[in-house]
Amino acid sequence: MKMIRDLLATAAMVGAAPVFAQDAPPPAALVPPSAQQPAPPAGQAAPPPLEVSVTGGISAPMPIAIPVMPTSDPVATPAGTTEELGRKLADVITKDLKNSGLFTPLGAGQLKPVAFPEVTAPTFDYWGGTGAQALVQGYVRANGDGNLTVGCYLYDVSAKSELTRQGFVVPPSDWRRAAHKCADAVYTRLTGEGPYFDSRVVYVSESGPKAHRIKRLAIMDQDGANGRFLTNGQSIVLTPRFAPNQQSIVYLSFANDRPSIYVYEIGSGRQRLVVSGVNLNFAPRFSPDGHSILFSMAIGGNTDLYSVAATGGTPRRLTNSPGIDTGGSYSPDGSKIAFESDRSGGQQIYVMNADGSNQQRITFAGGRYATPAWSPRGDLIAFTRVTGNFRIGVMSPTGGNEKLLTNAWQDEGPSWSPNGRVLMFFRTGQGSGKSDLWSVDLTGVNERAVPTPLDGSDPSWGPLRP
Amino acid sequence: MARLTTTLLVATALVAVAGCAPKRPKDLPPPPQGAQQTYPDQRPSGPVGDQILPGSSADFKRSVTSDTVHFSTDMYDVDPEARAILDSQVAWLQKFTNVRITVEGHADERGTREYNLALGDRRANAAKNYLATRGIAPERISTISYGKERPVAMGSDEASWAQNRRAVTVVLN
Repeated sequence: MKMIRDLLATAAMVGAAPVFAQDAPPPAALVPPSAQQPAPPAGQAAPPPLEVSVTGGISAPMPIAIPVMPTSDPVATPAGTTEELGRKLADVITKDLKNSGLFTPLGAGQLKPVAFPEVTAPTFDYWGGTGAQALVQGYVRANGDGNLTVGCYLYDVSAKSELTRQGFVVPPSDWRRAAHKCADAVYTRLTGEGPYFDSRVVYVSESGPKAHRIKRLAIMDQDGANGRFLTNGQSIVLTPRFAPNQQSIVYLSFANDRPSIYVYEIGSGRQRLVVSGVNLNFAPRFSPDGHSILFSMAIGGNTDLYSVAATGGTPRRLTNSPGIDTGGSYSPDGSKIAFESDRSGGQQIYVMNADGSNQQRITFAGGRYATPAWSPRGDLIAFTRVTGNFRIGVMSPTGGNEKLLTNAWQDEGPSWSPNGRVLMFFRTGQGSGKSDLWSVDLTGVNERAVPTPLDGSDPSWGPLRP
Repeated sequence: MARLTTTLLVATALVAVAGCAPKRPKDLPPPPQGAQQTYPDQRPSGPVGDQILPGSSADFKRSVTSDTVHFSTDMYDVDPEARAILDSQVAWLQKFTNVRITVEGHADERGTREYNLALGDRRANAAKNYLATRGIAPERISTISYGKERPVAMGSDEASWAQNRRAVTVVLN
């Protein structure tokens, strides 16, 4: 069983008594020294709180030091020695923070090794000298019961104070999750945004010639690690989506030359058809409560939106226009659905109640709008704008306040990170037809390629892992 | 004197391939009055696939004007050129009334993934509906959409896109 328990209550306030373990008191060696912080010199105000500015689109990345995490006791584990893990953990945290675009990590290679007792008593003068404004220290320990404990401490270098600490108990195979949780603790404390590093992405892995692409369902951590295939490429597979409980994926398969949506259980690998019958059914999405699946069905050449119980059953029709109604994305509270329809002559975005009532068009700026994706924060709808080229953009859920974030030949299919901060999409090359996964911050900065072993398309960013 | 045996073959049987025939007399006797003269297939025995069977997919492809009709961008209407092609398909389908077909609908790469699946479905059904109005029973015709997943022309240019916006009639064996 893979479980992470927070060992510590988050201690955001300087001077709060640290609570290290929920049950037994910590071993003496791990108890931090007195939580009293040095008072600022008389007459001087306390330094301002350390935070990364994320507003306005241009933020100055914060220099942050992430040294190797020492261990109190070097031992071998199935994931490597605790010393090796200390390096690897720092490396994963460094990459997460760097890839967010909001931090400039000072790599462990440039920094001095940290002795174990220093973890809770940093030598702030040294760290100040490196130019770092924030410092992440931690440790790795093998518990003796097969699990690892990873401690994670964040410090304000110029204020010489601790900002937060968290601890995690993980099986060795899940060591990367401890790193992502630590990076999330650092990120949320310094930006005020929600966490997103401990999450996974399901997507379509692509290979082969343009006339006959081999497509396989694939899953990976958001940083590209732990990737594996879920289908074998014998049938075209498209547009997967995570279930909110992350235990299954819904997607479209062309198995048996009958394109239909299936639910794939990640644990068992079992699949089941969701809707029976001969009509093309596609574009599946789980509702936020996981109880139903929104999808599109084409009957006699006309495509409309339907909803069906996630366990299967009789679909309920939601739209009934002569145009193509497809796509579909729930608001995070499940009360509304944004979708695309060409009923007015070309693809535009509409919003309706989840029962299909009150369908209202929200895009009027000219050009075509497709693939709406409602942010998990509820504040924005991302889309693909088609005017010859395909560009990723965001707008308010009532339409308007449009901002285009990318500008290549074909960027398509945005999917939100769990904190509503980053969009992943796929970019197709002109001529070659090869697609790759990319991501961009919602302010348009930090556009970067997401590493996958083969080509990739149709990414769906899953929820934060508990 | 050897007599050449002639055999009357059904419908679309092949004429014997030259160069493989056995020795013939220099002067052929005149054909029987009013009878159709064809020569039996004298080629050495080989796989059955050498011979195109009537009512087969290969027979369809060589008999009709084309197995493919094309569409304009974002459109799914059957224009006059498409109607002529589909009419030739109808003629063949009326000869082989046991044959079932699938009409595949396709879109070019200039549309988003899910919309193109729906557009391909529209095109497949537009072709199917036309065939049905011309007398082919709808029960004989299934449809499938491939959206933009299976292009036949690989360029990112107008000529390639025009070739990819299509409905293809496929004979099911």
